[in-house]
Amino acid sequence: MRIPRSEITPKWLYMSRRELLAGLPAAFLGSKLPNLAKSRFSTAEKITSYNDVTHYNNFYEFGAGKEQPAELAKNFQTHPWTVSVEGAVARPRKYSIEDILSLAPIEERIYRHRCVEGWSIVVPWAGYSLSTVLKAAEPTSKAKFVAFESYFNPSRMPEAKYAGIPFPYVEGLRLDEAMHPLALLCVGMYGETLPPQDGAPVRLVVPWKYGFKSIKSIVKIRLVEKQPPTTWNMANPREYGFYSNVNPNVDHPRWSQAKERRLGEFFKRDTLMFNGYGSEVAGMYAGMDLRKYF
Amino acid sequence: MRARKAALFLLCLAPLGWLAWRAWRQELTANPIEYITHFTGDWTQRFVIATLAVTPLRKRLGLAGLIRYRRTIGLFAFFYGSLHFLTYIWLDNFFDIHEIVKDVAKRPFITAGFTAFVLMVPLAVTSTAGWIRRLGGRRWERLHRLIYVTAIAAVAHYYWLVKSDIRLPVFYGTLVALLLAYRLPRLIQTQKVLK
Repeated sequence: MRIPRSEITPKWLYMSRRELLAGLPAAFLGSKLPNLAKSRFSTAEKITSYNDVTHYNNFYEFGAGKEQPAELAKNFQTHPWTVSVEGAVARPRKYSIEDILSLAPIEERIYRHRCVEGWSIVVPWAGYSLSTVLKAAEPTSKAKFVAFESYFNPSRMPEAKYAGIPFPYVEGLRLDEAMHPLALLCVGMYGETLPPQDGAPVRLVVPWKYGFKSIKSIVKIRLVEKQPPTTWNMANPREYGFYSNVNPNVDHPRWSQAKERRLGEFFKRDTLMFNGYGSEVAGMYAGMDLRKYF
Repeated sequence: MRARKAALFLLCLAPLGWLAWRAWRQELTANPIEYITHFTGDWTQRFVIATLAVTPLRKRLGLAGLIRYRRTIGLFAFFYGSLHFLTYIWLDNFFDIHEIVKDVAKRPFITAGFTAFVLMVPLAVTSTAGWIRRLGGRRWERLHRLIYVTAIAAVAHYYWLVKSDIRLPVFYGTLVALLLAYRLPRLIQTQKVLK
């Protein structure tokens, strides 16, 4: 028997009830994110259904199947949680998730999200520009790149050993990309905090790049001088580059990137350069050969 | 005999029934076309392996009668292969011939899958008793060794498709390797006889 989603008490609700009972500071956990500010970066396109976005995930720590993360991550505890901002900065700091949530007003940003596999979604994320956290850390003149690292614990992520990629998952951006206002430090979606399979409690969303750049469940943000290693590039350097900007003109070696299937739609649609964010971000890549720096 | 054949026929249709049931319940995931593609591809692979397994099982277990079911199993491999191919050209690309031709030529994994499928066509056509008579047993048998190429191409197709978790293609590849290795001594022998 299949119980409709709407009939099940959401985990965030009963968990927060439990924690309220236990007298813990549950205010931020799995709860609604009220009074989200609107953002000029939001698209007016039709939002993908919550069920699709939460049951069609790539989160290899919780299995390489699309529906595995929703199942295997459901008991993933994301509280307490610490994010360390460190490296070439004047003010390194360890943030608790409560700190992250209260650092700046949280906006709703409705972004297109394009996976390197050829599917896409439109998601109402919640968060604020990554630059907020970076600026607070005061990067030194040595900071040229930002390296990100996901949480990893093999005993809590037993499927990870079959994923075929190294963990912990790491990603990176050039400093100017990381400082771009579109780059989102994301704590929620659909007006709530993030569900585990979508990268709770805090993730990156870089809408002009393929989805795997938008690293989930971040524990470390490190400013560095040299271009940091990135997981999919290490796993298969011929197929996945450091930049991984959405580009319909540069195919993946095994498939075309010219089109994509928006989840919930039957026909494929054309993929847009920089996922449609070219007017905001193309300038950062002026003069670069995007075939070479794919 | 007839009852058994009918039972086998229904059994071979069960995966399609399961797919239809899930479609009816809207349980084909958020990306139904991908799900159908993978499902039909998986079952093609399994039926090709089952077809290849008939002869070794028959000889090992002394079940001479098994051979009577091979044609049905083989034709179902072609049936699921056709569904898989149709999903690709119809649902996935909506008969965009230009895109499909480019894909087949440019992408090794599609080239391999296309090869695997195309080689099954003459086997399906010549699967009748009439064709066996017309071709003669030996020539018919030699023609039907194309299934070995199909099996290998299908494994390559799957292996090249996956991003990183290669467990299942490696499993299928191992089965195909074992089933082909079993035939190797006899193949070498017949080659010698032909010389």
